[in-house]
Amino acid sequence: MTPNPTVFATLLLVSLAVFAWGCWKRLSLISLGAPENRFDNIGTRFGEMLLYAFGQKRVVAKPFGINHFIIFWSFLILMVANTEFILNGLLPHTIKLIRLPFELYVPLAFMIDIASLLALIAVTVAAVRRLVAPPYPEARTLEAFVILGLIAVLMLASFTLNASELAAIMLKSHADPESFLRAARKIMPVAGLLAGQLPLPQLEVIHTAAWWAHALALLAFICYLPNSKHMHILTAIPNCFFRRLEKPNTVPREEFSAGATFGVDRVDHYSWKDLLDSFSCTECGRCQNVCPASITGKPLNPRAVIHDIKINLLENGSALKKGGAPGSPLIGEKGEGSVSEESIWSCTTCGACMEACPVFIEQMPKIIQLRRHLVETEAKFPEELLNLFENMEGRSNPWGIAPSERTKWCSQLDVKPFDGETMEYLFYVGCAGSFDSRNKHVSVAMAQLLDKAGISWGILGKDEKCCGDSVRRLGNEFVFDKIAKENVALFKERGVKKVVTQCPHCFSTLKNDYRQYGLELEVIHHSELLRNLVQDGTLVLNKTAEGMGTTVFHDSCYLGRHNDVYDAPREVIAAATGAAPAEMERSRNNAFCCGAGGGRMWMEEHVGERINLTRVNEALEQKPDTICVACPYCMTMFEDGLKDVKADNVQVRDVAEVMAEAVLR
Amino acid sequence: MLIVVCIKQVPDTTQVQIDPVTNTLVRDGIPFIVNPYDTHALEEALRLKDRFGCRVAAISMGPPNAEGTLKKALALGVDHAILLSDRVFGGADTLATSNVLAAAISKLHAEVDEVALVLCGKQTIDGDTAQVGPGIASRLDYRQLTLVDKIISLDFAGKKIRVSRKLEGRHEVVEAPLPAMLTVVRELNRPRYPKVQMRLEAAEAVVEVWNNKVLGLDEQKIGLKGSPTWVSKIFSPERDKGEIIGDGYADPAGTAALLIDKLMAKDMLPL
Repeated sequence: MTPNPTVFATLLLVSLAVFAWGCWKRLSLISLGAPENRFDNIGTRFGEMLLYAFGQKRVVAKPFGINHFIIFWSFLILMVANTEFILNGLLPHTIKLIRLPFELYVPLAFMIDIASLLALIAVTVAAVRRLVAPPYPEARTLEAFVILGLIAVLMLASFTLNASELAAIMLKSHADPESFLRAARKIMPVAGLLAGQLPLPQLEVIHTAAWWAHALALLAFICYLPNSKHMHILTAIPNCFFRRLEKPNTVPREEFSAGATFGVDRVDHYSWKDLLDSFSCTECGRCQNVCPASITGKPLNPRAVIHDIKINLLENGSALKKGGAPGSPLIGEKGEGSVSEESIWSCTTCGACMEACPVFIEQMPKIIQLRRHLVETEAKFPEELLNLFENMEGRSNPWGIAPSERTKWCSQLDVKPFDGETMEYLFYVGCAGSFDSRNKHVSVAMAQLLDKAGISWGILGKDEKCCGDSVRRLGNEFVFDKIAKENVALFKERGVKKVVTQCPHCFSTLKNDYRQYGLELEVIHHSELLRNLVQDGTLVLNKTAEGMGTTVFHDSCYLGRHNDVYDAPREVIAAATGAAPAEMERSRNNAFCCGAGGGRMWMEEHVGERINLTRVNEALEQKPDTICVACPYCMTMFEDGLKDVKADNVQVRDVAEVMAEAVLR
Repeated sequence: MLIVVCIKQVPDTTQVQIDPVTNTLVRDGIPFIVNPYDTHALEEALRLKDRFGCRVAAISMGPPNAEGTLKKALALGVDHAILLSDRVFGGADTLATSNVLAAAISKLHAEVDEVALVLCGKQTIDGDTAQVGPGIASRLDYRQLTLVDKIISLDFAGKKIRVSRKLEGRHEVVEAPLPAMLTVVRELNRPRYPKVQMRLEAAEAVVEVWNNKVLGLDEQKIGLKGSPTWVSKIFSPERDKGEIIGDGYADPAGTAALLIDKLMAKDMLPL
């Protein structure tokens, strides 16, 4: 009743060859990518890999992730059983788990049996979920059902196999069937139960059928694995190991020398890690389910971007390996393997996709690389951006207002130019704080609060330049590079060490992006500074800011997700109003973008529902009197959105304005 | 076939202030830009280059630092960039300027290629005279087509051009033989954005400088000496009307009421 080892060995060899070929084909494609160092801090990387890959920390962050956790760990346990199965197929009667010492065999057999049961339940639940309520409509792919089906067949076959073996031992030992089966059920509950149900005369046929069913399913799985999205079994663990240890809120600098290429328009211009990302995606769809562009009906889908990179790599890989040019474009009209320009421009760089991805795929930087190509190499971008780019380069602000007007907001105040010798903080007002008529009120509130707290501070005044956030996220790295170099030189010349900003975009750019230019500043967002000043008693509250009524707080992406500042603004609001702000359904690291990040502030939104309206309606569900923000862009988006939905009774206030209400009035 | 675009470096006028004592523009620290109308002339020349494969030369009269303006033109794709710079060109009015520019165009015509078109912005944003383009056409005896908002047809072989002119409240379609001088308005096109590669090349490029030794013009016809125009005074017009009332942010309703009262008091709200 044992299978033929020669036939099995032949099939196994063929399968392993297919497996190796598939792995080699794909992994050798990864080596086409540009170099990038992801080998620093090996210890930390190893720890993170244990936590996120083996601990599945991000997977289980969503309820259904527990199902995946079960499949993942069952799979690891069943590796033992499958190794035994293969070895036993090659050398029958030689290698069997049952030959292990009894004390070792019993727990192992028990674990395997239970793991198989859990895996079977989990794949059934996964299949039902995909049929009834898929994570996204396109998730009902044949590929997904083939994989789930294969796993189910493996489990069912292994139960039958183990049961038939138990029954065979029972027959051979002439033991009392009742007591034998009772003992067997204690070791292998499922197989033991099944063993009692098997028709004993056909035992050999059943055993052989189960064995081959298991063998063929296993070999099919091995063959299919590297040629499907299920390859993530092999790539997701290293992907967690090689993840960007710092938050991917910036993109690497570009060198501007003649003959260089700018951005990415062919897959091999991405780094090897970007290409590894594309093979690590198992298309769970969590990114698209949090993407403000996808949700509101824009053509961007972060999952599809990663998928298209993979398909493009597979299509062009052999040509690229030979040093040839790719046959199908990476940036092109809709279709598998190409990312459309429309989708590239839809990204708000909110980072929700990267926050949601269980295996740390970096979608946003890849989109910015595509933008860089469009802007820098092709000079092709939505027409609204032409003025923005020229204004930024010519007058260092998005509106093209004369730099001499930068100080108009403080014409009624006694604000001093920053002096590095005598002053602690540079208040980097930012373009919105300097020029936007609504946001100037925030600058004034902030200035008065700083004075009230007795902080020594100053501004750069007419010399202040834009930080360059929008142009960088829009892929105009050339102009960003100029702005950044000018700012870094200016900050060094003025002896700037500590900076407070009221705009999360300035905050993140000064703090993170300028480090690439060798400038290490202590940058603090005004919400953090105000929180600190209240906590240490420097800022004394006169009264409760009652005028705010019920508040709800909206997280800015560049403050929260990109820089992990979640509590400070909430604590400022709580201190000033005496009550913690209400939370929206999506808040903190799961917050929904206002729609203005990534340069979208300066672009029209023609397709789908408006992102800011979606968010405004979500905020209004909390029935607030005041929507609190900590970002000038969010403020504009909310004020516009409230006008659109005619919610005249709801006001938008920056956290500094809320604090000013309690301290100054 | 050569198209010549005349461009000028101008101070960014949104940032210009006038010195109340000397009545001159305070130019210290004011960034320079390419005269906005000229960018549309440049764009149209480059579009014609894309369509017909003709060559484009950009010329500019100005101080040595006007080189930056010509480098911008190179980054956008012009084939030749020539700076007309000499101390004796300084202080020129529109007549003297058009003498220098016309001489340079003649030289290009003689030495580089037959000039079919000269494109200029309708006026500069610093002088606002709109005279230099027509001045060039007069000196060169070219047909002048001013305020062009569309080139309807262009036939290099048949030496004919047909354009639409944007006049007050109407458009005028006119045809003229080549060579012709066009001054253009902003509606003509949307200027392109330079590609980084071309910017890098332009930054390295050497802009050819022609001084008066090269052009050999009579010094009585150029610069201050060749300029019959006298500027007696430049001033910002006084703002004798208008005031800011109330605080529309803190009290929108109250401010609106205040405005209505004011308008009614001046009898400006017919009720």
